[in-house]
Amino acid sequence: MMSITKGKDAMTRQMTGAKMVVEALKDQGVEVVFGYPGGAVLPIYDEIFQQNAIRHILVRHEQGAVHAAEGYARSTGKPGVVLVTSGPGATNAVTGLVDALMDSIPIVVLTGQVPTFMIGSDAFQEADTVGITRPCTKMNWLVKDTEHLSDTIHQAFHIATKGRPGPVLVDIPKDVQFATGTYVEKPQARVSHYQPKTVGDPAMIEAMVEAMEQAERPVFYTGGGVINSGPRASKLLRELVAATDFPITSTLMGLGSYPASGKNWLGMLGMHGLYEANLAMHGCDLMINIGARFDDRITGRIADFSPNSLKGHVDIDPSSINKVIHADFPVIGDVTLVLEEMLRIWKARGSKTNSAALKRWWGQITEWRAVDCLKYKGSETTIKPQYALQRLEALTKKYDRYICTEVGQHQMWAAQYLGFEDPNRWMTSGGLGTMGYGTPASIGVQVAHPDALVINVAGEASWLMNMQEMGTAIQYRLPVKQFILNNERLGMVRQWQELLHGERYSHSWSEALPDFVKLAEAFGAKGILCKDPADLDDAIMEMLNYNGPVIFDCLVEKHENCFPMIPSGKAHNEMIMGEVDTRDVIGAGGGVLV
Amino acid sequence: MSPLNIEKGSSSHSAYDLRSHMSDVVETHTLAVLVQNEAGVLARVIGLFSGRGYNIESLTVAEVDRAGHRSRITIVTSGTPQVINQIKMQLERMVPVHEVHDLTVEGAFVSRELALIKVIAKGEHRVEALRIAEIFRANVVDSTLQSFVFEITGTPEKVDAFCELMRPLGEVRLARTGVAAIARGV
Ligand SMILES: Cc1ncc(C[n+]2csc(CCOP(=O)(O)OP(=O)(O)O)c2C)c(N)n1
Ligand SMILES: [Mg+2]
Repeated sequence: MMSITKGKDAMTRQMTGAKMVVEALKDQGVEVVFGYPGGAVLPIYDEIFQQNAIRHILVRHEQGAVHAAEGYARSTGKPGVVLVTSGPGATNAVTGLVDALMDSIPIVVLTGQVPTFMIGSDAFQEADTVGITRPCTKMNWLVKDTEHLSDTIHQAFHIATKGRPGPVLVDIPKDVQFATGTYVEKPQARVSHYQPKTVGDPAMIEAMVEAMEQAERPVFYTGGGVINSGPRASKLLRELVAATDFPITSTLMGLGSYPASGKNWLGMLGMHGLYEANLAMHGCDLMINIGARFDDRITGRIADFSPNSLKGHVDIDPSSINKVIHADFPVIGDVTLVLEEMLRIWKARGSKTNSAALKRWWGQITEWRAVDCLKYKGSETTIKPQYALQRLEALTKKYDRYICTEVGQHQMWAAQYLGFEDPNRWMTSGGLGTMGYGTPASIGVQVAHPDALVINVAGEASWLMNMQEMGTAIQYRLPVKQFILNNERLGMVRQWQELLHGERYSHSWSEALPDFVKLAEAFGAKGILCKDPADLDDAIMEMLNYNGPVIFDCLVEKHENCFPMIPSGKAHNEMIMGEVDTRDVIGAGGGVLV
Repeated sequence: MSPLNIEKGSSSHSAYDLRSHMSDVVETHTLAVLVQNEAGVLARVIGLFSGRGYNIESLTVAEVDRAGHRSRITIVTSGTPQVINQIKMQLERMVPVHEVHDLTVEGAFVSRELALIKVIAKGEHRVEALRIAEIFRANVVDSTLQSFVFEITGTPEKVDAFCELMRPLGEVRLARTGVAAIARGV
């Protein structure tokens, strides 16, 4: 039922709150919603049933819905949308919200709530959703009046996507869904006072450019902000790197903004970053941070972080600047606009760099590169996880490829051994480190890119955390490839126990792993087991050639450690390189840190 | 350099903070935060302080602009310059926060607190309590044969001093509003 009345300026329409939700999503250009029904959202599900514009993907767990929406958002640049019920539906979504908050992913989560007149009565499936999710969201709202519903949803999209992106949540009581109110179209929605500054201060940018002209040992240190800023940011970054010939490294979150095949690429930096990247950070005299936040996985011991450099920091979030590391050239703004301005100013001043010094700097970097920090001891009998990823890289390079990961050693190896040529191709849980992220994320990516090759590089333990989403993959014919590096260990935990806790392997392996091939078959997917390096290429090809979801159980070396490694609380130049005797190198203090 | 260790040119609204970032001197700052008056805003602001481990020495809040749905929160907090700066930046980026003013660095400001102090006392002590109240310009807003309730307005230090003088005279019960503050001049 819908009536149309002509308002003074705009067309105003009367409809139920439930209908408004669907209308507002359409108005916002939403094509897909990841969700799971329940009592408190039934009116909205009823509306979803009666339309075809928005596709609903039924997940198997609400955490999966949020990670799927994150995968969708990261791989498209558009906000991901989630619909779940009250109480347990909302609480199950919490991990996903925090994950999106830490990694600045735009997500709009709609939750059902008990009717307004029952709020506070400990009603069935009542939870204080806005209370629980307040520190887990960029903003959240409880809508108590249908008249405010459509406007609030429009605000929610605005806030999720503007400035530093993040998750938002709109809690909608069931009576608000049933009641009738006035629908406000997107262009008529209240103009939000939330309009973060996007244009960087030209004087500060000029000062930074001046430092670039003089720098003897410069380095670009880029992060997820470049990707969040949109594809143009990556283009401009490439142009700037090519023009200045400065070396460039990136955080885990920023991989792909500069191509791994690019000649100035140093590889990822940080705790498991490359030797050349970390030493360049340590030894530089000018560091230009673009869209990264000096996370503790990056800086190591703060007191010894890049001790002799001037630091520029470009970030859209003023609170990121000077939070951890003092910035000499702080620039608040959107990466795209700031890069444009940097290039413009640098060119206008004559496109200068200190080329003689830069040449020496590259000479030094070449020496560091020659160390070949990713080399590892090969094996003819067992599959080394690094080898598995090298083969995966070689055999999938030519595909239109998206990679997700879980969390652990496999994630770090994937970041080290796979090369990313473009932004939005790499979906991983960075800030929160959420095991169970990868499978649902791969589903969200595949929904957005039905014809692409979507691979989740997983550890067996992480993978088990959200494996129920294989049901979703089957239901929607999403040919996601679950590439499990199965070391039968919580590998990263085991590594820390070996290095920091006297090799006391407390609860870091799984005694009773499922038969992954049978598990695949039980879901209706294809299972592949591979344990011999000689069979690996054929097995990977079998996975790639199968038109449907695959669970690939790759049995790898059980005790491999992930190197290089900067132990917590150490400086960049105190990296552990490989299978030397690593015991006791970390010292007592490091064990306290995470 | 001012006594607060603030170099010239620094402003609370700029990330271009020129104060020494290495200082570990703990400073006390009074912040005025103008927020959208909607459900959950106070919880969000307080959650920021507890979640990130910042101090709240005093916090007051009330609606100050009904038509514009604005409330003003006055927060007295303490921390190193770097922490104070983070607090301001974190407050500023909150969606329902419109403005953040660091009164301590923006110039002269007035800060006042109201307290209601019940003193349960006998004989000579009652007389002494009234005498001290007069010196402090505290008003008697309730009196019984066993007790007085004094109302006092002033800086937190003045309220502290008054209470300390009352304590030896009898049992003291206390209600304080916390600090409200505003910049001097225009
Ligand atoms: C939800 C969650 N619980 C616990 C952890 C701590 N943790 C980090 S890595 C890891 C082990 C992961 O094992 P697996 O998925 O098999 O990956 P591997 O390190 O073996 O490659 C654990 C338990 C986490 N990151 N997330
Ligand atoms: Mg494992």
